Amino acid sequence: MTARRWLTRAGFYALVVVIIVQAIFPFYYAILTSLEDGQALFEVNYLPAALDFSNYASMLTSGVFGRQILNSVFVAAVVVVISLFLAVTASYALSRIRFRGRGLLLLTILSVSMFPQIAVLAGLFEVIRTLGLFNSLWSLVFSYMIFTLPFTVWVLTTFMRNLPIEIEEAAIMDGAPPFTIIRRVFLPIMWPAMVTTGLLAFIHAWNEFLFALTFLSTDTQRTVPVAIALISGRSEFEVPWGNIMAASVVVTLPLVILVLIFQRRIVSGLTAGAVKG
Amino acid sequence: MASVELKSICKSFGSVEVLRDVNLSLEKGEFVVFVGPSGCGKSTLLRLVAGLEDITAGDLYIDGARMNEVLPSKRGISMVFQSYALYPHMNVFENMAFGLEQARLNQAEIKARVAEAAEILQITPLMERKPRQLSGGQRQRVAIGRAITRKPRVFLFDEPLSNLDAALRVDTRLEIAALHKRLSDTTMIYVTHDQVEAMTLADRIVVLNAGQVEQVGRPMDLYEQPASAFVAGFIGSPRMNFVTGETAEKHGAHTLGIRPEHITISRDAGEWSGSIVHIEQLGSDTYVHVRTEEAGIVNARAIGANAFRAGDDVFLTFQSDAVHLFNADGLPVGSART
Amino acid sequence: MPPAEAAATAAATPVRSGTLSTLSRQRIRSAWVFLAPMLVVLASVAAYPLYRTIWFSFTDASLDLISEARWVGFRNYLEYVDYGNGQGEYFGLLADARWWRSVWNTIWFATVSVSFETLFGLIIALVLNEQFRGRGLVRAAVLIPWAIPTIVSAKMWAWMMHDQFGILNDILLRLYLISEPVAWTASADTAMIAVLIVDIWKTTPFMALLILAGLQMVPNDIYEAARLDGIHPFRVFRKVTLPLIMPAVLVAVVFRALDALRVFDIVYVLTPNTDATRTMSVYARENLFDYDQFAYGSAASTLLFLVIALITISFIRLSRMDLEGKEE
Repeated sequence: MTARRWLTRAGFYALVVVIIVQAIFPFYYAILTSLEDGQALFEVNYLPAALDFSNYASMLTSGVFGRQILNSVFVAAVVVVISLFLAVTASYALSRIRFRGRGLLLLTILSVSMFPQIAVLAGLFEVIRTLGLFNSLWSLVFSYMIFTLPFTVWVLTTFMRNLPIEIEEAAIMDGAPPFTIIRRVFLPIMWPAMVTTGLLAFIHAWNEFLFALTFLSTDTQRTVPVAIALISGRSEFEVPWGNIMAASVVVTLPLVILVLIFQRRIVSGLTAGAVKG
Repeated sequence: MASVELKSICKSFGSVEVLRDVNLSLEKGEFVVFVGPSGCGKSTLLRLVAGLEDITAGDLYIDGARMNEVLPSKRGISMVFQSYALYPHMNVFENMAFGLEQARLNQAEIKARVAEAAEILQITPLMERKPRQLSGGQRQRVAIGRAITRKPRVFLFDEPLSNLDAALRVDTRLEIAALHKRLSDTTMIYVTHDQVEAMTLADRIVVLNAGQVEQVGRPMDLYEQPASAFVAGFIGSPRMNFVTGETAEKHGAHTLGIRPEHITISRDAGEWSGSIVHIEQLGSDTYVHVRTEEAGIVNARAIGANAFRAGDDVFLTFQSDAVHLFNADGLPVGSART
Repeated sequence: MPPAEAAATAAATPVRSGTLSTLSRQRIRSAWVFLAPMLVVLASVAAYPLYRTIWFSFTDASLDLISEARWVGFRNYLEYVDYGNGQGEYFGLLADARWWRSVWNTIWFATVSVSFETLFGLIIALVLNEQFRGRGLVRAAVLIPWAIPTIVSAKMWAWMMHDQFGILNDILLRLYLISEPVAWTASADTAMIAVLIVDIWKTTPFMALLILAGLQMVPNDIYEAARLDGIHPFRVFRKVTLPLIMPAVLVAVVFRALDALRVFDIVYVLTPNTDATRTMSVYARENLFDYDQFAYGSAASTLLFLVIALITISFIRLSRMDLEGKEE
């Protein structure tokens, strides 16, 4: 019995090790590669063989990678601010006020969040060209609303629905009009949810590829996912893998750190966004 | 002129009717308790007065003015919620001042009013604290304080004691009674499902059942002259014994209602005989549950500790002047007493 | 009736007009004021572009002459060209073998990836639901693939799957699982496998988290009761846990399936330009912007939208019924 138990236990921990290794190895290997240069790159190493930052140096100094990081930060930050602002008032209305058509509206928003981006690509391209936003970062700010807005509205609506109704009624009795209720009563209670939702929206926007690939045409305007995807050598044999891995680590490390810091919140935010569907 | 007047009030949520033709008239300064089992509509009735729900039909007057469409904050009322509903991110002062700020009072006036309310409720030292740093009893006081600062004409309480532990509940009950004395001009409406709270606090009790007013009256009137078997069963603790069948018919009623305190137990002789199935010792009183042939299981009160044991054969006698007779509809037969 | 209950009842039914108080009117008015900006944005970023895409699919629009698009009916979808000698040929999307190949690729990709993600996600969720030392570490580790941008994971794996210098071939060679290096992304036989590996690796954590949330809603005393009754853990899983988490798993599967059906990034970056992995989204974008067949690409986009819309509608229908069942 004890032997069997021991075996079960060993099996369980073996599984745990497999899970951890498969999860972190690719990123570990990317870091490893990014620290190798020249010949070392083309030998398969399992442990760090070099500590050479020249890939990072060449990525960040030559070319426009720094500019592209700023582009990404700008787009993601503005998208988060605008969608949170629009979503807070909208989700208050959707979660707290009874009115005709509320159910239909919620369904519409849920459906938009499942929209395939490709289905609006042609139409959006026309809109963006008409507005003169082609190759401008604002084209991304505008188009990213299609996925950040339904998502933030949905998560914040779920969250607000669970806030105690009596607090709002106390505010009504105190004579606070709806906007004051949002600003003075709900916002201060909701900031944890706002942080989580904002962070998730930031990650979505930071990672977006299809719109960024389509609506921006010059190197200096590009965001990092497109920039990384388009790094290439003169031939298939000259692909600068060291540089690609360095760039990948640079754009990923902040995300990984943020996600690890906020992991509990993110888990609850993700499940609010999906499970409650 | 009545302070609060409800005329033929009806309330439906969709096709579900929760209140039907409620008529009530509350005097200025009166303490009125709405009591009834859960789902009877008492909270909804309070929320209609508060303005948190729309009135489906009928009219609501406060000090003679029709209030159906008036904003809650303009009705001259304050409300204490079951969960206290303090704003968690504001300290005690800010909680109490928020409503006054919304009413655009000047800072000096706000400070004075909050200080006065805090004085009454002895929470002056807590002004800087956040709700989470307060005990349940302190939160309750802040909630009441917040309601006082607005100097309401009508004070609404929605089950304010149900989140407190038993000892604190008694203390707070006494304090609310004291507050009522102090604010003698303010009409108070208090919702509870606890008939002890209703009996001890109320000038008048309104018993609600299934969306209708079952009886309105002074606590002892309800106890002594319940207008229905429902009220008789609801008011009084422990619950009144109800006896049906042949025994009741012998007295010319469908149902006999006898309170445990009106039954005496004896080992020697009595009207009904039976054996004890269960004994509840409360210290001051003992409740003896007896299985009788004539009346089924009957609960009788014996004073103090005594020598009865489960399984003992005993006799029961009830005071015939305290028996309530009800017909098949649960209404009193003729006069309530025989 | 407690207030929350009262509000819930009220929310379920339309408010009768005519008896509304100032409060209700004030609130309904502000509801629409609050919703208006969001609705305007969604209309201009989703509804209008969608309408335009569908319209373009019935025109002869080209990338440079979008504004001069003219109505051509169903030509982009299907057209029979009669050669006059009793022979003819079908043209258009529905007669395009490459389109059908991409439809098949997409369905195959969605089915396989979602199946494996569900299986692995379930395993990881079960592990994370156990109490053991280092659980926090495992959860943190599991989140990493999810946090990595899709493009970055595609590139990372592209490097690991490099035919000459890739570590994957190195590992497999050392383990004698393969006898010679495999050109994972370049060879038509393995390209789809490569895409699947990366997607499964990246998306399993999301699945695991959703299933874990479902698992954690199962009350603990059920397990304790089962243990006291001496029921074998596997039986407990099959008879108790699985039925209880099934709704959560189903929702997760539907979400993932909808996501998988519109896959673009991974395929575009990992295995560009190969028939073996081209999905509907990739096919549509290629036609829109690379081959200057704007209208044709719009038709492909429209069809993809229809597929996803059908699935979404039936999902919402089904889940709504389920929700109402729970409420009763």
